[in-house]
Amino acid sequence: MSGRETRTLRSPLTDGVVNVLLGLVAAVWLLPYLWMLSTSFKTLPEIVRAPTAPLPSGLDLGAYRAVLESMPLGRYFWNTTVMALGIAFTQIAVALPAGYALAKLKFAGRGVAFGLVVATLLIPAQVRFVPVFALLAEVGWVNTMTALILPFGVSAFGTFLIRQALISVPDSLIEAARMDGASELRIIYGLLGPMLRPTLVSFFLFSFVYHWNDYFWPLVMTTDDAVRTLPLGIALLREQGTGVRWHIVMAGNVLLSAPALAVFAFAQRHLLRAVASKA
Amino acid sequence: MRPSRRFDPLWMLGPTLVLLVVFFFVPLLQAAKSSLYEWDLLTPPRYVGLDNYRALIDSGELGHALGTTLIMSAVVVVGSMALGLVLALALNRPTRFAGFVRSAVFSAYVVSWVSVALLWLWVLDADAGALTALCRALHLPTTHWLGNPKSALYALSGVTIWKIAGYSMVLFLAGLQDIPRSLYEAAALDGAGAWQRFVNVTWPLLRPTAAFVGTTSLIISFQVFDVVRVMTQGGPVRSTSVFVYAIYEQVFLNLRVGRASALVVVFFVLLLGLTALQLWAWRKKGAA
Repeated sequence: MSGRETRTLRSPLTDGVVNVLLGLVAAVWLLPYLWMLSTSFKTLPEIVRAPTAPLPSGLDLGAYRAVLESMPLGRYFWNTTVMALGIAFTQIAVALPAGYALAKLKFAGRGVAFGLVVATLLIPAQVRFVPVFALLAEVGWVNTMTALILPFGVSAFGTFLIRQALISVPDSLIEAARMDGASELRIIYGLLGPMLRPTLVSFFLFSFVYHWNDYFWPLVMTTDDAVRTLPLGIALLREQGTGVRWHIVMAGNVLLSAPALAVFAFAQRHLLRAVASKA
Repeated sequence: MRPSRRFDPLWMLGPTLVLLVVFFFVPLLQAAKSSLYEWDLLTPPRYVGLDNYRALIDSGELGHALGTTLIMSAVVVVGSMALGLVLALALNRPTRFAGFVRSAVFSAYVVSWVSVALLWLWVLDADAGALTALCRALHLPTTHWLGNPKSALYALSGVTIWKIAGYSMVLFLAGLQDIPRSLYEAAALDGAGAWQRFVNVTWPLLRPTAAFVGTTSLIISFQVFDVVRVMTQGGPVRSTSVFVYAIYEQVFLNLRVGRASALVVVFFVLLLGLTALQLWAWRKKGAA
């Protein structure tokens, strides 16, 4: 019910009530973050004495120092970023030619190939992790970046999205490029890739955030600190028997959620488009 | 268009198909095969037929995992869809305040499950948590939310709803924006009230969106793992041991790959069945 025409159908009173309710909704979603932030600046005596005090007595950075001392935060951060970038780039590089063939070329078996891609949407990580783990263990790839990146090298969603976007590109454009002597490789990465920029940016951000946040796969594929990712490291803070040391857990949580929230703040439009395009 | 060379589609689709086969289809078949073996990842697998399935049924583990997963899925799907729809209807207007609330709700979908789990672990803490304090201040009954076997599963469901309501809200908003405004104007001219407009215009046109949101939220809630692993580890007294957590436990805590694979097979078949059932139900409704 958008637009000014329909808004006049509402009475100012209902609008007021609705706004109050929406303010409450915003509070339910924002207050936990604020409480996390506030807790992270507290000291242990404060947590014990008045755990629910809304504000810390000062900006104490002790909890952040404790997080840095208890884990190689920089390495975890680097691992997570490399993994998420690696996955997002691989997915796009692999999906572009596949999407092109599925959208633009006529060949025997196209329907089957497309069906196989879509069918993988029904095979989540939780179904395939045991055999994949066994396979990677056999070739000695457990505890490597490859084990974190390669099993996600193909994204059914990404391939589907790129195929859909390529369908609306006119054939004449591709034919003209062929006439100019461009190779198929050049047409795919040099011509169509840049044309699909908005779609690719949305998908890249979606995939990056998803894998940056991922907990399950790194948990089951790594045992070594050298390839551990940030969500695992931060979750460990809680498991190390921290007891009431909530300020440290929350400081870790601020460090974990801040990058995702920053990407969200700067690229909300793109993420929204990626999610909406799923439908 | 014709490929410029006959075998072009082969190299274009090659990487995709190789990765699909190696990391999706072969593992699926492998899981089905392992479910007939007893294997601890260390010694060679031993063929045991359907013993793994029998043991899962006889020990009640399968029924229990099924029960917790279904309860949680039902609560999460109904809760997040209803909340998402109400929020979408209330927030579908071009004001800055509406935009702010939309962003606030959607932000939870963007941060990691681990962040959300840690956040709510603290909010729900029985001694010092904010929710406990709020309930005490309002003289409402309070409990050890995550420590009580009666409430833990529902607490986790609530956290999951908080996490994914923004997702269904965004999809419903996109669906609402596709509805032509002229339909509302026509309905308003006919004297239709807000409720009648919703029943006769909005809902019928939102049905495909709702079918999609329902199916995907069901799949999301069926795969819930992170919140369980971080917040309750399946406890107290296994009350939050959902399907994926049970699989994880069998592999990494009990080293029973065969038993885990049997759970994986049942899980996969359920996922397929539920998706098919839901699509069928909504299509039938749409045709009627």
